[in-house]
Amino acid sequence: MGAQIRVYRQKIASTSSMRKMFKAMELIATSRIGKARARLAASLPYARAITRAVSAVSSARELDHPLTTERENVRRAAVLVLTADRGQAGAYSSSVIKQAEALTELLRGQGKDVATYLVGRKGQAYYDFRNRPYTRVWTGQTDNPEFATAQEIREVLLEAFGAEFADGGVDEIHVVYTTFKSMVVQQPTVIRLLPLEVVEEKAAEADEILPLYEFEPEPEQVLDALLPRYIESRIFAAMLHSAASELASRQRAMKNAGDNATELIKKYTRLRNTARQAEITQELTEIIAGADALNA
Amino acid sequence: MAELEVEVVAADHFVWSGAAKMVKARTADGEIGILPNHTPVLAVLHAGNIEIEPVSGSRIVVEADGGFFSVDSNRVVIVADNAQISESVAGIR
Repeated sequence: MGAQIRVYRQKIASTSSMRKMFKAMELIATSRIGKARARLAASLPYARAITRAVSAVSSARELDHPLTTERENVRRAAVLVLTADRGQAGAYSSSVIKQAEALTELLRGQGKDVATYLVGRKGQAYYDFRNRPYTRVWTGQTDNPEFATAQEIREVLLEAFGAEFADGGVDEIHVVYTTFKSMVVQQPTVIRLLPLEVVEEKAAEADEILPLYEFEPEPEQVLDALLPRYIESRIFAAMLHSAASELASRQRAMKNAGDNATELIKKYTRLRNTARQAEITQELTEIIAGADALNA
Repeated sequence: MAELEVEVVAADHFVWSGAAKMVKARTADGEIGILPNHTPVLAVLHAGNIEIEPVSGSRIVVEADGGFFSVDSNRVVIVADNAQISESVAGIR
């Protein structure tokens, strides 16, 4: 008696407390995403200026720099995977990891070793759980990346790129991250960071004739100073894109979870009412049956 | 007289932009002063102050710790790893 009603009541209570949690997380994600997008936009002038400068130097003379030279024998490739620190973001981390797995598979198929570098606790947990080796991991602040982290990643990757194969050196570096296209579209993307292919931002910019620059000190030294910064800016841009994507995915996932919770509460409330009514009906039937039996 | 169109950007934020009469910066080889109609230059910055003389208003000093800058057709783009406008120095000068 009343057991069913009690079960439904408990379910309604727990679902509504979960809904509160989902709502709160949705609101937090919503409030942070504006900032993340603003930071993404704020990093654009730097990226644009640096890309322009690198193309200016490279168009002035044939690039012949260790960072841009294709190596003949590629034996090991590094893959940097940008995931989230926290879950509750729908398929965000898993789709990046899936993309990274596909890339790893492809590289292995080409007979290359793969060294994995991870960003974010979710990626770390995935690799730890499956006992897969990774070379290095950075955690913390994936939804609010700092430039210093990008610098650190660049240092580590460049060191690996410069090292010999026997000492764990790599010949290629790929980055897997999530491009933030809009609030609803975020796409896992793979770019090859090194050896460098200087990408023009837009086709329109390529039409523009770059002036003949004077270099100070020498073009080689300018390039030496520019390229690490260019790499840094690309890593940082990838991190900012990932952060914005993470927050957007989280907001969407939490919105859906909240909506589902509302649906469930509605359903359980109906069931609870039915159960209550059934109980009342049964009680009435019993009383009437009892009275009838006494009168007979 | 022609003016310089100056833009100062740091890695993660925008610092300053506007029209200027002169820009002074420290490069690897020493100080360089940029006046309007300067020939295109791409130079590596050294840590130090960059001074900008705006068309109107007082001189602006930006503290930068390395980076590079480019000049072409009166457009100066200063790209620093870390840059901020230093108020105190601007006040003394």
